[in-house]
Amino acid sequence: MSPLPSPSHSKPHSQKEASNEEGADFRHFWIRKVVDRFFQILSILAAIVVISPLLLVFVFLLSSGGSSLTWDFLTQLPKPVGETGGGMANAIVGSCILVAIATVIATPVGVLGGVCVCEYGDARLRAAIRFTADVLNGVPSIIWGIVVYSWVVLRMKTFSGLAGGLALSFIMIPLILRTTEDVIRLVPSAYREAGLALGLRRSQVILHIILATARRGVLTGVLLAAARVAGETAPLLFTAFGNRVWAAHLQEPMAALPLQIFTYAISPYPDWHRQAWAGALVLLGLVFFMSIVVRTLTRDRSR
Amino acid sequence: MNDFQPDPSWEALPLAAETRSLTHSVGIGRILDQGFGFLAVGAGISVLALAALLGWELYQGAEEAIRRYGMGFLVSSHWDPVAGRFGALPFLYGTFVSSAIALLLAFPLSVATALSLTEFAPVRLRRPVLALVDLMAAVPSVVWGLWAMFEMVPWLRQTAFPFLQRFFGWLPFFQGSIYGVSLLAGALVIAMMITPIVTSLAIEILQSVPLTLREAAWALGATRWEVMRVAVLPYVRSSLVGAGVLGLGRALGETMAVTMVIGNRPEIFLSLFAPGYTLASVLVNEFAEATSEEHLSALFEIGLTLVAVTFVVNSLARLLIRSVPFFFAPRPLRTESMETSG
Repeated sequence: MSPLPSPSHSKPHSQKEASNEEGADFRHFWIRKVVDRFFQILSILAAIVVISPLLLVFVFLLSSGGSSLTWDFLTQLPKPVGETGGGMANAIVGSCILVAIATVIATPVGVLGGVCVCEYGDARLRAAIRFTADVLNGVPSIIWGIVVYSWVVLRMKTFSGLAGGLALSFIMIPLILRTTEDVIRLVPSAYREAGLALGLRRSQVILHIILATARRGVLTGVLLAAARVAGETAPLLFTAFGNRVWAAHLQEPMAALPLQIFTYAISPYPDWHRQAWAGALVLLGLVFFMSIVVRTLTRDRSR
Repeated sequence: MNDFQPDPSWEALPLAAETRSLTHSVGIGRILDQGFGFLAVGAGISVLALAALLGWELYQGAEEAIRRYGMGFLVSSHWDPVAGRFGALPFLYGTFVSSAIALLLAFPLSVATALSLTEFAPVRLRRPVLALVDLMAAVPSVVWGLWAMFEMVPWLRQTAFPFLQRFFGWLPFFQGSIYGVSLLAGALVIAMMITPIVTSLAIEILQSVPLTLREAAWALGATRWEVMRVAVLPYVRSSLVGAGVLGLGRALGETMAVTMVIGNRPEIFLSLFAPGYTLASVLVNEFAEATSEEHLSALFEIGLTLVAVTFVVNSLARLLIRSVPFFFAPRPLRTESMETSG
């Protein structure tokens, strides 16, 4: 183009002015449309890039772990090192027990804590609890492993399923507290007032009206927290520790699926690698199942 | 006066009768009511106790190391348990560099994905893609690590890293020999794990922008991108940054997947192809095997450092997100849906 001070502005403008009074705007319109389309394509590409690892993981686990996912794998104990075969039955059951212990401990504390933040205590206490719960939610899970190790394991002088469940429950408590608080806040205060106007006590209003209204949300929160800790490995490393046989009781080291996957993955044996992939497939299936249950629960709510 | 008595007929109403029985049984009902209150407050306070327990156990475990090394612990780069020398700098470096790279990769992708899911993508595709993003957030760390170990790292070693070295080898970050397991591999895994979190936060933030702002921009004849650029993004800029910082807080604490691919070598290299180490990884690898008192104590101090770092980053994130008023405001859409459920 010509080296005029502002070549792009003067020349086309004068040309188009004859046909259209707002020629300048229409000249830009093409560029603006192209820019718009460019960013649209860019953002959709970004979305594809973001979800592609999930699909890659899924394809990898299905193709390499699917063949090892046999009935034996689900029902047998691990074989000694060097022998092929065997399964992860104890780890699968162990994981379920650990999550159950954690849920049993964390649900009452978390839900009641959420009630406390909404209904009881003075403003400063509530703010302190809410802030602390937020802080605890940000603590990396491995830290809970260390804390429970020095608090429980050192004192009991043994790794145990109980310690593992406790470590998981410590992760769940602040999670459940915050979700419970959120759903309780959504209950219209007219409900509360109606209950109080009938002469119900505070605890009756909370139990029969507020928690009854919000129960689906509370349940969702508990399930989400359980799904989250079901996949946790780090807090179990120094608490439940893992076990290659059935744990006879809760004061013994207990196997857990994520732990077993980790141990097998970093081992040098190809057969263990295959089992780790199959285990990961089972774990992923469990976690996805829980997420889908949560999803259907929340979808019903909006209907 | 005498005939001013409650109409006896209301006692026949079942609801009123029940209410009377509930309120007037003073003894046990009142005790139960107060007991419930104590339980609730106790549960709330137990959260404070949990935080105290965390701080106390970590501090007690780390006391010896704090006394012995002081601040030197954080700036010394020698970590040699056998010789009894403990410095956390390689771990701090590895943690921050891997998380920062992860955030650099994840943040633009997440915001772009959020934009496409709220604005650009075909409406029919939005829900399924959003469901996939949610599922992605639910994938356990160890599963990411497993995949990264057996699929991503070999691919990086054979294809991606040689490619990078060929074209960007003049940069100091892409020099040296290629092992596959490396800081960059760790950063990539972290990026995959934090994108779903940052994305769903960004979606929530973008949806909080008042419709009137968008409509005003539409009315001026703006294209979709211009609506974003002029009306939406400026309104939520600091919240989006806050979402990113929250992702950083998550990234700093990522443990299992990173441990499986970062190489676990407590040295500081400028090259991203070199193996590294993070605060969380050293806990995974050495905590169970620490035999000497001072080694264990140093590991507790590593844990304390990790908690402190994540605390600072998360607090910063919360400040940034709260600087936009929507987090205080009620969210009318969700309230309505609750009310209809009854």
